[in-house]
Amino acid sequence: MGIDLPIIWAVIIAFGLMMYVVMDGFDLGIGILFPFVKDDRDRDCMMNTVAPVWDGNETWLVLGGAGLLAAFPIVYSFVLSALYLPLVLMLAGLIWRGVAFEFRFKADPDHKWFWTHAFAWGSYTATFFQGVALGSLINGFKVEGPSYTGGAFDWITPFSLFTGVGLTVAYALLGSTWLIMKTEGDLQRRMIELARPITLTLLAVIAIVSIWTPFAHPAVFKRWFTLPDLFFFAPVPVLVLAAAFGILHFLKRDTHSAPFVLALLLLFLGYSGLGISLWPNIIPPDLSIRAAAGPPQSLGFALVGALFIVPIILTYTAWSYYVFRGKVKVGDGYH
Amino acid sequence: MLGLSALDLARIQFGFTVSFHIIFPAITIGLASYLAVLEGLWLWTKDRAYRDLYRFWSQIFAVNFAMGVVSGLVMAYQFGTNWSYFSAFAGGVTGPLLAYEVLTAFFLEAGFLGVALFGWNRVGPGLHFFATLMVALGTLVSATWILASNSWMQTPQGFEIIDGRVVPVDWLKVIFNPSFPYRLAHMTVAAYLATALLVGASGAWHLLRGENTARVRKMFSMAMWMVLIVAPIQIEIGDQHGLNTLQYQPAKIAAIEGHWRNEPGAKGFPLILFGWPNMAKQETEYKLEVPHLGSLILTHEWDGQIRGLSEFPAADRPDSTVVFWTFRIMVGLGMLMLLLGLWSLWQRFRGDLYDSRLFLRFAVVMGPSGTLAILAGWLTTEIGRQPWVVYGVMRTSEGVSNHSALALSLTLGVFIVMYFIVFGTGLYYMLKLIAVGPQDLGPDRPTPDIDLSGNTPLHERPSRPLSAAPDISI
Repeated sequence: MGIDLPIIWAVIIAFGLMMYVVMDGFDLGIGILFPFVKDDRDRDCMMNTVAPVWDGNETWLVLGGAGLLAAFPIVYSFVLSALYLPLVLMLAGLIWRGVAFEFRFKADPDHKWFWTHAFAWGSYTATFFQGVALGSLINGFKVEGPSYTGGAFDWITPFSLFTGVGLTVAYALLGSTWLIMKTEGDLQRRMIELARPITLTLLAVIAIVSIWTPFAHPAVFKRWFTLPDLFFFAPVPVLVLAAAFGILHFLKRDTHSAPFVLALLLLFLGYSGLGISLWPNIIPPDLSIRAAAGPPQSLGFALVGALFIVPIILTYTAWSYYVFRGKVKVGDGYH
Repeated sequence: MLGLSALDLARIQFGFTVSFHIIFPAITIGLASYLAVLEGLWLWTKDRAYRDLYRFWSQIFAVNFAMGVVSGLVMAYQFGTNWSYFSAFAGGVTGPLLAYEVLTAFFLEAGFLGVALFGWNRVGPGLHFFATLMVALGTLVSATWILASNSWMQTPQGFEIIDGRVVPVDWLKVIFNPSFPYRLAHMTVAAYLATALLVGASGAWHLLRGENTARVRKMFSMAMWMVLIVAPIQIEIGDQHGLNTLQYQPAKIAAIEGHWRNEPGAKGFPLILFGWPNMAKQETEYKLEVPHLGSLILTHEWDGQIRGLSEFPAADRPDSTVVFWTFRIMVGLGMLMLLLGLWSLWQRFRGDLYDSRLFLRFAVVMGPSGTLAILAGWLTTEIGRQPWVVYGVMRTSEGVSNHSALALSLTLGVFIVMYFIVFGTGLYYMLKLIAVGPQDLGPDRPTPDIDLSGNTPLHERPSRPLSAAPDISI
């Protein structure tokens, strides 16, 4: 048949995960920035900027998980069992901060501090272990059968710990630039102050990962530095530099949304860099998308529902961002 | 940990997380339909009490829905983290079914839930009622998908095994597998019953505290009618479900009955009311039995026989000690529900439904009984289908990931601590909301612009489920 189901599903899942990284990225960033903002009213305001949308952001993660099981059961089984501990800790972090988010608004003043800390710690935990899981995936696994057979702590490598820290910095940038766009006054000024060192740190992180990845992973090295691929990838670092300097430039001006848009571009570049490095594999170093796909009867059946419902979710998402556009003031009570 | 194997720990972890999860969707299913009935009655009769009850229960629905979403996040990943061999083997069937469940749930949340919770002043009454109906329908469709997946694991058909993996060849057969209609009916009705008992207990609690308002009486009366009608229906469905299980999973029935072997000759077998099935001795000890009743219930014949547990190979026997008791807890609670319904009819007949303190206390105590019965029932069906994860096709021990007992103990500890704090707070919050009770929201406007607690105007609130709940302190 003419439709290439595994590729379509790979694109859907990659899209879903990208939506997740971009959208949950900035609201995790809010929690990451909590320790740098002391005033409780400012913290309320920070949470209010994402209050209308954060739960929708996490739906993409569930969709990614279910889609992966439907289309690539081997990948789902293998990656999830290999990354058991980091993923459980990530989920624990996400639940923790999600519930803290809601209960913090309902809590009486004596209990509020507990949910404030829970929100910040949950955000750090979720982000760090997400980054660790990502780094471990780039490291690759030796796939022998459908379940992981290595050690429970093999995911702890210098590289994966570094990507954990790296992702925390990246989400902090998304969070701070989001707040520059969504807030005003003292809180916005504080965010502009913070965004500068965060951008520089992230640039250093990207540089280190970009050097570390190809040299520690021969397959990626081959992909990056072989002609003609090299020509296609050459613009990526140039664009990364341009975006980073763009952010630094606009932080000095009175522009509000530009830093956020450029931060999204940075994340997108990083994400596409990852995609380029893995393609056509789904688990490095040697499990390809096609070999990992489930039976066509399963992919086709599930595709009908996805094609019907994903556009509706996208429309609704766009609508809710539109409804809650504009600045959020300190003291505004909606939640 | 405590001499448990990695397989035991993986099963405990799944059982623990799914037990917490199932409570919320069950109440979601029941409350969604209840809200649809309330709104229909409000539009039909224009009796304000129905609208006030809708507003009251929709807040509890919102919190409950949010808890279900959060606890469901873990479930979507656990099949891969803990049961990777099973997922790789059967993902071709269970994956698309789970994907449809997730898509249905999001579709529901994305569109109609927002309108139902926040749209009272934004859309007309007809459209709002339609949204409520769609939410109720959505919860049922969502349950259908996940029960199709579970039922397929219990009574698999419509597939082939190619290269060591399940390949679906006929989706209709996969979905409409033999145990699916019974399980769907049993679970849906269980959700309705559990919700009716919760609503009834809330009403009784307020009546006992002297809040004898039209709204409280109405919700209590509706709940008692529901229990009266639905409890016997559920007993009949359960009986049919049991006969279906006898046909497809005879070992499960033998374990539930604590029935080890038939007497020589074509004699009927007793119903064991109580006893202690001893797996090692293959004997049910200390038993109290009624002769021939087992034959009558399960074969509808005086001298009918079923296979005893000893007739199955030792490796294929489920744990009779556990399912014997979980089943009896479920049935015992069901009988108490039947009693509650009949008692309510008697009180109603005497014109004393809202005043008998003894009866009202009984209704309060029965509040959690529906939820407990659901848990006991699921424990029975899931432990009773062991040692299989896909019945007759794959053993549970073949489906589990290769994690160490250490890793599993660590994560189980994290889950237990976190779940008790998180969902304990959630349940506490819901109970506090229930304690506030349904308020009179006035004659003219369908809803006030300021909600019950006097915080933010509704039109400026985001349409997240929990923001529909008032900000009472926790």
